[in-house]
Amino acid sequence: MTAKLKSLYTKSIAVVLFFVLWDSLARFGLVDTFLLPTVTSMAEAAWEMMKTGELFIHIALSLKRTGLGFLVAICVSVPLGILMGWFQKLEEYLDPLLQIFRNTSVLALFPVFILVFGLGEVSKSAIVFWGCMWPSLLNTISGVKGVDPLLIKSARSMGISVPILFQKVILPAALPEIMTGIRLSAGVAVIILVAAEMLGATRGLGYFIFYAQQKYAIPDMYAGIVTISILGVLINFLLVKLENHIAAWKRYQV
Amino acid sequence: MAEALVIGKIGIDGAGTKPLPSDTTLERLNKNIVMENISRVYNIKHGRKNERFTAIENFNLEVRDGEFLSIVGPSGCGKSTLLDLLAGLSQPDTGSIFIDGKRVTGPALNRGFVMQGYALYPWRTVIKNIQFGLELQKMKKKERNRVALEYLGLVGLSGFENRYPYELSGGMKQRVAIARALAYDPKVLLMDEPFAAVDAQTRELLQEELLRIWEKTHKTVIFITHSIEEAVFLGQRVAVMTSSPGSIKEIIDVDLLVPRRSGDAKESLHFNRMVHKVWNLLHNYSGKEDKSLRHESAWGCRNIEKIG
Repeated sequence: MTAKLKSLYTKSIAVVLFFVLWDSLARFGLVDTFLLPTVTSMAEAAWEMMKTGELFIHIALSLKRTGLGFLVAICVSVPLGILMGWFQKLEEYLDPLLQIFRNTSVLALFPVFILVFGLGEVSKSAIVFWGCMWPSLLNTISGVKGVDPLLIKSARSMGISVPILFQKVILPAALPEIMTGIRLSAGVAVIILVAAEMLGATRGLGYFIFYAQQKYAIPDMYAGIVTISILGVLINFLLVKLENHIAAWKRYQV
Repeated sequence: MAEALVIGKIGIDGAGTKPLPSDTTLERLNKNIVMENISRVYNIKHGRKNERFTAIENFNLEVRDGEFLSIVGPSGCGKSTLLDLLAGLSQPDTGSIFIDGKRVTGPALNRGFVMQGYALYPWRTVIKNIQFGLELQKMKKKERNRVALEYLGLVGLSGFENRYPYELSGGMKQRVAIARALAYDPKVLLMDEPFAAVDAQTRELLQEELLRIWEKTHKTVIFITHSIEEAVFLGQRVAVMTSSPGSIKEIIDVDLLVPRRSGDAKESLHFNRMVHKVWNLLHNYSGKEDKSLRHESAWGCRNIEKIG
């Protein structure tokens, strides 16, 4: 128990100090409270919005857009990555294009997405999809390419068929790296969505933050920002848990 | 050459030196493994040039059912190519390989492959690793468990079934790999320097274990090694290969006169003479030079002491 408390202390002390610092800067008049409200007034604003349910509407919508783009991206990038990792020739042909795509700022493309998909829901999920593709695709390719050839040889020596080889050897061996890619994609998803919602939306957390700033509801704005942080941390935490569960064996590999 | 080398019980297997290609299927059936006129050529890319590298040429070998054959040879003599061919992982450019009279066209579960690098699946527990081949055979789960536990016991690892490979030492990993290869009951066990990565003490232990398992299971074993001592200790015959292109130089019958399993075998005069002989073959000493037993080879010196 004491060990648990100690670990909790180690993990939370910096965060707690950060909020204490923030609160005292505002409380003791070191910073204009208009620019930086106290933590308590921000919490109050958040509580009010939770009571009216306004905050949840924005959260739900943002999660829906992110989730959709993210899931479709994973469903496309993982199988594609497996193919590209396995068929070296395919990867040689596609890699240059892939490098161009992933190094082009996703937000630079957003106007194109609005042009093509309009201002509705589709363009937001589509831009999330685009941004999520690359981390998971690249990690899947590298995961499949990195499977120990000895493991493949050993399975092949038993006369394994290619589909079973994928099922029993390639996929389990590449899974840890695929999971890392998926986690990176999820992080990207939230970041892109918020920006996209700021640029053109009438609901969602990004829109809410932007709108709160426009109408000078500064505590609301901060409440929105902290909500996004919490969501991001939570999603990452869950995916790390999942990753560790799936790839427990990988942590002990030398 | 042969005359000079015949000391005591040591003799060169005349038939083994140049095994004649068998003409009829009937003859092949008497042998577990028959390799006829095998050659294997690789294309190696050197920048823009394509170079041809002959790994194995004019390779003939016959192995009896249940025999333990060691193969030694200089680095790059195509030993691993040979095993890949036997496993069916690659196809010879000329010649054919027969196992129990049937031509080898690809990998199958009638051959088990044990590699130096263990190649255990790190996400599978020990018992699940052993079951891998059985799963490919679509054996029922209950039966798989029973068979896997049996072979786990055979390699002396009962109680370790739920460990993961990263929890095992090198020697234990190799035991699991051997159990995995034996579990699906192949006719032939192909071993590619299986003990090269473990420490000396474990190695000796594993050698004795392997002999015990071989006596118990009656598998045909093809055992590739860099260690002459190991080859002589384990093999009923030792095939010495020449390099580039690889082919069989000579096959020597090993007669240790002592039960191998006792560690004493390695101390015997016969054993050391045999080792010396293989050493000479490997290092191209001609018979005449050998007669005096006075060259600088480490083995030579050791043998003189023993004889003296």
